[in-house]
Order: sequence, then structure tokens, then C-alpha cells
Amino acid sequence: MRRYIVAAIFVILAASLLSIPISFSFGSPIASDMDDYFIEYGQVQTAANNIVTAVVFDYRGFDTLGESVVLFCGVVGVGLLFRRLMEGEEYEDE
Amino acid sequence: MKMSKIVQTGAHILYPFVLIFGLYIVLHGHLTPGGGFQGGAVIATGVVLVIVANSYEAITGMLQKVVFKAQESLGLLLFIGAAAIAITLGLPFFYNFLANSGSVFGLSVPFGPNHGYLNTAGLIPIMNIAVGIEVWGGLTVIILSMLSGLNRKEA
Repeated sequence: MRRYIVAAIFVILAASLLSIPISFSFGSPIASDMDDYFIEYGQVQTAANNIVTAVVFDYRGFDTLGESVVLFCGVVGVGLLFRRLMEGEEYEDE
Repeated sequence: MKMSKIVQTGAHILYPFVLIFGLYIVLHGHLTPGGGFQGGAVIATGVVLVIVANSYEAITGMLQKVVFKAQESLGLLLFIGAAAIAITLGLPFFYNFLANSGSVFGLSVPFGPNHGYLNTAGLIPIMNIAVGIEVWGGLTVIILSMLSGLNRKEA
């Protein structure tokens, strides 16, 4: 009985997930104001041919700053994990 | 641990081209697909090729972890500094004050297709270079740290 309920929930979730791409036609997003703005003015305002880079490094530069800080934190974490041991400290493996 | 002579020779022939390709992706980030993150990852791949082909002991004398840590911090500082210069000029944070200014990276671009000029886009190439330096240093530090752990397990 419980297995059927789980299967029914799974089918409902999969159907609702599949209904999203089916119900919207490809190439015509609902909210396209910002896209049109970037395509029309991005090249003239930032003088960059690559609109994606113009968005990532200019219009949404603060997000890229966060991305860089995340990478920095990741490297700091790896450096802490693989650090050289202090005097009198031992590994705890096995 | 040391790779065979074929792998070593191949890596030593190949790594300058990988570095040049990565630098190309970083420098042309505002014209072609790619940018700082992707190009930095390609450059780090070239460094990793040399690290993996040679033995860890031979590499640590040449490529030191401290240098790459400093390089990563320098890249992030350059990125934040380039964004913060606009504040000193009385403009908002991250404002692209160099674009269309006529100075360095300051040529303007009309709307529509063009050949793609390197001397455009203002602050974007500088930030691409900063992020490229950061990603290059960061990924190399990760690989060097993990290789030092591998070395300890073997001993």
C-alpha cells in the first residue's frame, strides 16, 4: 500500500515537472523586459560585444564578487583541511 | 610517483599551448565566449599537467604553494579594487567608468555586428584578468594541497 502511495506521488511530481516545459513555448519567455534591454543597450553602454560578459561583470558585477569570494572560501577550506601539522600534533586516521 | 618519459615529454611540449589558450580566453572575455573563470580554469589545467607529469618533490622546489596563495589573494584584491575605484570618483560601486571614455580599453562600439576590437569594454577586461589570476592561483593551490596529502599517505 505504502509503495503505491509513493509511486503515485512520484508520478504526480514528474507530470507536474514535465508540464512546465510543455505548457510554455520555446523562445518566448514571459518576462523579457530585462533581456530586451540588455540586447538593445548592452553593446552601446558597456562597449563589450559579449553580452553575457557584460551582464556578469558589469550589470550584475556584485554577484560576480560573491562568486569570487565563494571560490576564495573554498580554497581556504581546502588549505585548512590539508594543512601542515603543528608541533606534536598527529593524524587521527585508522 | 613519477609518470613515464612519454607522458613527461608530451606534457612539457603541450603546457605552453594550454597556457596561451587560457590567456587568450581570459583576454578576449569581452569579445568571445569565455571569460575570467573559464580561462583561469584552463590555465590551471596547464599547470596541473606539469605538476602531475613530474614527481611531487621535483615540483615543490619550483612551484610553491605560498606563491599561488598570494596570487589568488592578489586577484581578488585587484577585482575589489577595480570595483572600488569608482567610489573614489563619486560613482556607484562597480560602475564601468572606463567604457566609452577613450582612454585604456575605452573605444566605443556601435550597435550591431563588428569585427571585435580588443581595446573596448572598459573595466570588463581588467576584471576578467583579475578573476583569471584568482581562479588560476586557487585551483593550483587546491591541486598542490591534495597532492601533498597523497604524498603523505604513500610514505
